[in-house]
Amino acid sequence: MGVGVKKKPKDSPFTAEYVLFLGCTVPVRAVNYELSARKVAERLDIHLGDIPEFSCCGYPIKSVNHYAYLLMAARNLALAEEKGLPICTLCSACCGALAEANHEIQEDKNLRKRLNEDLSKVLGKQYEGETRVTHFMRVLEKDVGEKRIASEVQTDLSSLHLAPHYGCHITKPTTVYGRVEDPENPTSLDRLIQMTGAHTVSYENKLQCCGGGVLAIDEGVALSMAQSKLDHIQARQADAMVLACPFCNIMYESNQKKIEKVAQKEYKLPILYFPQLVGLALGIEPDDLGMKMNRIKTVELLKKINRRAA
Amino acid sequence: MIDSKALDPKFKLEIAKEPGGEHITRCFSCGTCTAGCPVREVTDRYNPRKIIRMAILGMKKEVLSSQFIWLCSSCYTCFERCPQDVRIPELMNAIRNIAVREGYLPPAMRIQLDLLSSFGRLLEITEFESDKRKDLHLPSIEAKTEDIKKILDHLGCRREEKTEG
Repeated sequence: MGVGVKKKPKDSPFTAEYVLFLGCTVPVRAVNYELSARKVAERLDIHLGDIPEFSCCGYPIKSVNHYAYLLMAARNLALAEEKGLPICTLCSACCGALAEANHEIQEDKNLRKRLNEDLSKVLGKQYEGETRVTHFMRVLEKDVGEKRIASEVQTDLSSLHLAPHYGCHITKPTTVYGRVEDPENPTSLDRLIQMTGAHTVSYENKLQCCGGGVLAIDEGVALSMAQSKLDHIQARQADAMVLACPFCNIMYESNQKKIEKVAQKEYKLPILYFPQLVGLALGIEPDDLGMKMNRIKTVELLKKINRRAA
Repeated sequence: MIDSKALDPKFKLEIAKEPGGEHITRCFSCGTCTAGCPVREVTDRYNPRKIIRMAILGMKKEVLSSQFIWLCSSCYTCFERCPQDVRIPELMNAIRNIAVREGYLPPAMRIQLDLLSSFGRLLEITEFESDKRKDLHLPSIEAKTEDIKKILDHLGCRREEKTEG
């Protein structure tokens, strides 16, 4: 259901097959995330197909009109169902929104009927509730697995000390995702980082939310939330933060300069998407992982591992 | 001071009928939600225990017209911890849905509705993005979908019906 195990057609030459769901943020503000995820997937024999017609997942409208959110999510889920492939997202909020809508649609027969009447009337579509939704981090963790990734490591990253940021929608709500891991003490991203040979850094209030959910409503509140995490990570002198959601990235990377200005201090903390880190470990060139697009420069970090972007 | 005559005792039942609001009456005001809330940590304008209490008491107008119902960041920390399974982030959305129907739509959300209606996405895919994708050999994506506008129009989620919150 929410985050699942490997699923592929029987005759597939791939380790796993998915359609990649980009959402709104990735193609505009996180192309480096997309590039690195596709490169890593290719290297690990994960096929990521594409559906150009995918729209916004529906998350932003959930607070305005719950039913409109369900219809938007159902439209995306239906597009994947037509292809017979599970959805793999890069954005944790997309993953949560699609998985939650899916859960609701699968559990409630009457709701499904009503949604399908509208889907068919308005868009000529149907959704039977068959699509699975997962996140690229779970694909690496569950489908590929630690052993495989560890065995493919080519670059020594043991000089790096990295602070994992889980964000919220990768583990919660457990009513939808199931208890894939303890939401109060998740370990998946730590393990993924350690798999690459890098060290993880623990820090205060590690599970704190980035604040992205209230950015549009109250920027000051959102930035204060993000600042608090940057402070805690800075206190532990990590080389970078590693995360799995483009919206968390907006808070910590795109807004880092703004936070520095308000807080009157300097962080200069590079923010890596986890596939960038995994890609570096697999020996993929920094340029192919979009490292040049990182707003907080990664030059020093790459120097530490004897790499550089062109 | 709360004026008991101005309270709407049916408000909690109205919320309970809304998707996500079903568990509101389970709340026994323990405050676990507020204690662990990352928004509450940086501002005392948001206090889920207080909002739920106000809603249960029937302070309909104060709750629906407030800005604080929009400050939940949907982190689901309280969702996981609540001993009564009140499902607070979903409950906040249920209250927001009612607020919107009553005419309280924050300007930021109206902008998001406009964008979704125009492009089917929150961020527009301009020629710049499309060209960049080509340069980077990334698959092209549909820059604009009419489907979302069709959905919003069908449900009557049109912006001109809404007023500022």
